[in-house]
Amino acid sequence: MKVMVMVKSAAADEDRIQPKPEVFEAMAAYNEELVKAGIMLDGAGLRPSSQGKKIVFQHGETSVVDGPFTEAKEVIGGYWVWEVRSMDEALEWARRCPHDRDSDTPQILEIRPYATAEDYGDDLPDGIREREAAMAREIEEQHGRAPLGEA
Amino acid sequence: MTDARRTVEVVWRIEAPRLIASLARLVRDVGLAEELAQDAFVAALEQWPREGVPERPGAWLMATAKHRAIDRIRRERARDDKYAQLAADPSLAAAGSAPAPEDTVEALDDDLLSLIFTACHPVLPREARVALTLRLLGGLTTEEIARAFLVPPATLGQRISRAKRTLREAQVPFAVPQEDELAERLSAVLEVVYLVFNEGYAATSGDDWVRRDLAGEAMRLGRVLAGLMPREPEVHGLLALMALQASRFPARTGPGGEHILLADQDRGRWDRTLIAHGLAALQRATRLRRPLGPYTLQAAIAAVHARAPTFADTDWEAIVALYDALAQLTPSPVVALNRAVAILHADGPQAALDALGEVLDDPRMARHHLLGAVHGDVLARLGRHAEAAEALERAAEVAPTPRERALLLERAAAASRAAG
Repeated sequence: MKVMVMVKSAAADEDRIQPKPEVFEAMAAYNEELVKAGIMLDGAGLRPSSQGKKIVFQHGETSVVDGPFTEAKEVIGGYWVWEVRSMDEALEWARRCPHDRDSDTPQILEIRPYATAEDYGDDLPDGIREREAAMAREIEEQHGRAPLGEA
Repeated sequence: MTDARRTVEVVWRIEAPRLIASLARLVRDVGLAEELAQDAFVAALEQWPREGVPERPGAWLMATAKHRAIDRIRRERARDDKYAQLAADPSLAAAGSAPAPEDTVEALDDDLLSLIFTACHPVLPREARVALTLRLLGGLTTEEIARAFLVPPATLGQRISRAKRTLREAQVPFAVPQEDELAERLSAVLEVVYLVFNEGYAATSGDDWVRRDLAGEAMRLGRVLAGLMPREPEVHGLLALMALQASRFPARTGPGGEHILLADQDRGRWDRTLIAHGLAALQRATRLRRPLGPYTLQAAIAAVHARAPTFADTDWEAIVALYDALAQLTPSPVVALNRAVAILHADGPQAALDALGEVLDDPRMARHHLLGAVHGDVLARLGRHAEAAEALERAAEVAPTPRERALLLERAAAASRAAG
């Protein structure tokens, strides 16, 4: 199963969190382990929410909110995508994530399984799957597809 | 099941390969290494629920296993030469202080590769290689493997212990093969991974999730191998092939569990993430600029299908060219049959009939119902309906399931009617 693991922290502390060099070091080793175990599919870090923006739709009104998102309880700082055999396995890997022991603020990993077309069952209107497949093909065309017989 | 017990089991699946690999380097015997690792696993089952899960579970298992190794060596050294040798080994004396200084990333990678090559050693029968690989590198239990391969657990247990004994008696070294035999040994490893994948791929019904899990496990093993041997194009080729084939999982069975042929699959159900991963792996394989191997060629064929919006829009010329290359590299009647199908769509029925020529008389294909099915289809398109009916009836006789038999008989009847 494919899961997304979101790295979260309390918004109020976002700018105060400056990882120590040893945490960077440990994180690199941890990422290497994930890759070696064959479970890592993707991952990236995000800039602080001070550089982010939100767009909010409500009652037909559209508004733009500039970061930092101080009113949010948690903000996402990065994510991984893992292919694991069970939620238990994802949990066990997440447990091993390096963290700052001296930090007073909680560091949170949220693990969420990917939804698949099957989860939507018959709720998907006719033709949606086909259109999504066509879009995926187009994305491949735009962003590098493997040329055949290149060798 | 308690939380601690579940943790032990999931930690085992994660840690087993590296644990066994590191131990095998120390004791130079994969079977013994696996037993020591098992001992540590049992100790964890006893202690963790009582005392809590240790901070670094992998290191705990390693330290425990090394202690067990020393105990056993002390006990056995008086009556066994092997243990006497091990007792003299300084690397074991330092046991307990895990991770030991020699456990560098490179050493661990090397151990893991050695374990893969040992589990897939040609001295073992093919089915033993598969079982041992899943056991040592997948962290699967004997029961899980037995269930996946539909054999009684006792049979599988024997298969594994016999394999471990064979490795010991043949004195198979725990090492990565030398350059001169690497290609051949690697192809044995890839074969095992692909066998595991196909075992999972063949499973279709909803209740055999253990079997379908095998396909995922094979892909994970493929990714591990790709990390360990990034310069080997066929490793990426196999990974690409598995991902592209697995991308069709959601589309290949109908609501009643019936098999849906490639031509009739709803391509909207194909898993685009797996396709993207497969195409990327294929690119890594071809970028190494070495002659394309059989897995890479098959992946390239699967990629042509993956890119085609519909069956009719498939680039059949490209597929024929790739099958030409595959038939040269690994000639087989099944490859020839698939090539003929591609020729049918690229150049029409007469060319396909010519391509079928030798395959039709191949005794190895006598019980292969798809040959008759294709032959019948080609004849019918040429307007030779009576011959088509005959070919389809013969195919029906050797069809593996009643459903496929019924479908072939239906087509045979239609051909007979057309023949008047």
